[in-house]
Amino acid sequence: MPNKALAGKARSPLAPPASFRWTRRIILAFLTTFALLPVYVMVSSSLKPLEDVTDTFQWIPSEITIRPYFDIWDTVPLAHYFMNSLLVAGAATVLSVTIAVFSAYAVSRYRFRGKRVFTVTVLSTQMFPGILFLLPLFLIFVNIGNSTGVALYGSRGGLILTYLTFSLPFSIWMLIGYFDSIPRDLDEAAKVDGCGPFGALFRVVVPAAIPGIVAVAVYAFMTAWGEVLFASVMTNDETRTLAVGLQGYATQNDVYWNQIMAASLVVSVPVVVGFLLLQRYLVAGLTAGAVK
Amino acid sequence: MTSTVTPPVRKSGSGADQGDGGARRRRLPRIPDRIRQGGLPYLLLLPAVLLELLVHIVPMVIGIVMSFRELTQLYINNWGNAPWRAFDNYKIAVDFDAPLGEALLHSFYVTCLFTVITVGLSWLFGMAAAVMLQENFRGRGLLRAVFLTPYALPVYAAVITWAFMFQRDNGMINHVLHDQLGLTDEPSFWLIGDNSFIALVVVAVWKSWPFAFLMLMAGLQNIPRELYEAASIDGAGIWQQIRKITLPSLRPVNQVLVLVLFLWTFNDFNTPYVLFGESAPEAADLISIHIYQSSFVTWNFGTGSAMSVLLLLFLLLVTAVYLVATSRGRKGSGAE
Repeated sequence: MPNKALAGKARSPLAPPASFRWTRRIILAFLTTFALLPVYVMVSSSLKPLEDVTDTFQWIPSEITIRPYFDIWDTVPLAHYFMNSLLVAGAATVLSVTIAVFSAYAVSRYRFRGKRVFTVTVLSTQMFPGILFLLPLFLIFVNIGNSTGVALYGSRGGLILTYLTFSLPFSIWMLIGYFDSIPRDLDEAAKVDGCGPFGALFRVVVPAAIPGIVAVAVYAFMTAWGEVLFASVMTNDETRTLAVGLQGYATQNDVYWNQIMAASLVVSVPVVVGFLLLQRYLVAGLTAGAVK
Repeated sequence: MTSTVTPPVRKSGSGADQGDGGARRRRLPRIPDRIRQGGLPYLLLLPAVLLELLVHIVPMVIGIVMSFRELTQLYINNWGNAPWRAFDNYKIAVDFDAPLGEALLHSFYVTCLFTVITVGLSWLFGMAAAVMLQENFRGRGLLRAVFLTPYALPVYAAVITWAFMFQRDNGMINHVLHDQLGLTDEPSFWLIGDNSFIALVVVAVWKSWPFAFLMLMAGLQNIPRELYEAASIDGAGIWQQIRKITLPSLRPVNQVLVLVLFLWTFNDFNTPYVLFGESAPEAADLISIHIYQSSFVTWNFGTGSAMSVLLLLFLLLVTAVYLVATSRGRKGSGAE
């Protein structure tokens, strides 16, 4: 990240002209409003009594109550969904990052037949419409279950397998770029010192690529935490994740908007906080890898 | 390129010198070094390849096979026996005079329009934000975090919030447009009818512009600062610098970014699904949700698969044309 240190320097010795500063203010104000409007609605509505959210919208709650934050756990089994999402997204992240590290190491450090086929194929799976393999995958999981007894359909395991492949292409792609930016001399030196290829990977390449790996992990977790389509088809009551569970507040006769907003906020906090804390790694990782 | 050849040589040398340590690593004496070295990359790729096969490649092939069969709920548990129908499913899907094909064509138009508007606006917002935050000033880090928040929020939580904002009687949008600004004669419906298209675009842009911002911000960091310094010494103003240095330097990033945004937006399922539920209003009937409905709601998987295959072919075609066109343009202008 040598660029980071330079970023602090003023770009030009002259201060930008007033026209630029005003344009900047207007654009930034607009984008800030646009980005934060739903966040404000989410936070303020989650602190409102039910009358406030069933009647005309109010910018300021008529009274502030934290009741919705207690009620959300009873209206639907939110804690249960939360645990499911945490397990699925956590496992998918760990597996996806591990597999991506191995693949990226192979592509970055070895020359072998089929390298280009591999990278192109993996990347092009990104363009497949999810809907095209949703049903066949569903049938494969059901059939594997019927013939081997390994329950993938409706299980967290099936969802973990599916989600980890969603983040895999981007992770591999980004880590290849990142590994390429680490001088080869480093792992060659480690090999001279008696490390095998795995020693060189874990003692030299991985430690040097931590920012890239963190970035990939953040991406993988967010992908798994937010996915809706496969979660809605591949889970049952027992394994339901937040993506589907959150709709439980809305399908009943009364729509408890204040509780929905409270629950949305609760499920968002872990990823938003984690993301904002780690986003500089994502930018650094993209800078070193993907956008080169 | 020589570095990829050297490791085996060095390794066998060091193994001979090291005695014990070297012998321990050579548990498999029958396999020559050359083959072990040759096999290693494949071993490293194996988990990724197996998973891609299981979750993407094999299902895709099965999906293509399914598109040639009559796969209704009668055959769902025994889909190997579903009757072969050759191109019947495709004929149904592209028979634009019949209701099914007409609906698909309409959905395709809606998706194209939606994609063009959403990608365009997302790119524009992301570019504006990245350029405006390129230079350091007080509050820059905070704004960066603010702009990335929509990207960080889980899709369903964010889109549910938008659904609440777009409610007719108790939503924020109508409160502002009707009650506070008096722009409409009466509160509009946003989640049904023609307005639903606008609602969908607003939510999709809100959700995807931070990604454009993120990529472009990363791309900007690779532009050498000397370029700007040289330009400003030569008397180029800030607007000129943006036009002459920033935009051309971002070309390679833009090539990837626009393609990725296009593919994600075109295939978007989550946004309409959470915003409207299982059946989207006609004006916002995106292709993904249309196919989902044709498959899961009406239990006609053969036709649904045929539609998915057509969608994939279309995406492949657009991607290929796009890559050829943009790569040639790049070579021609000599930007490399």
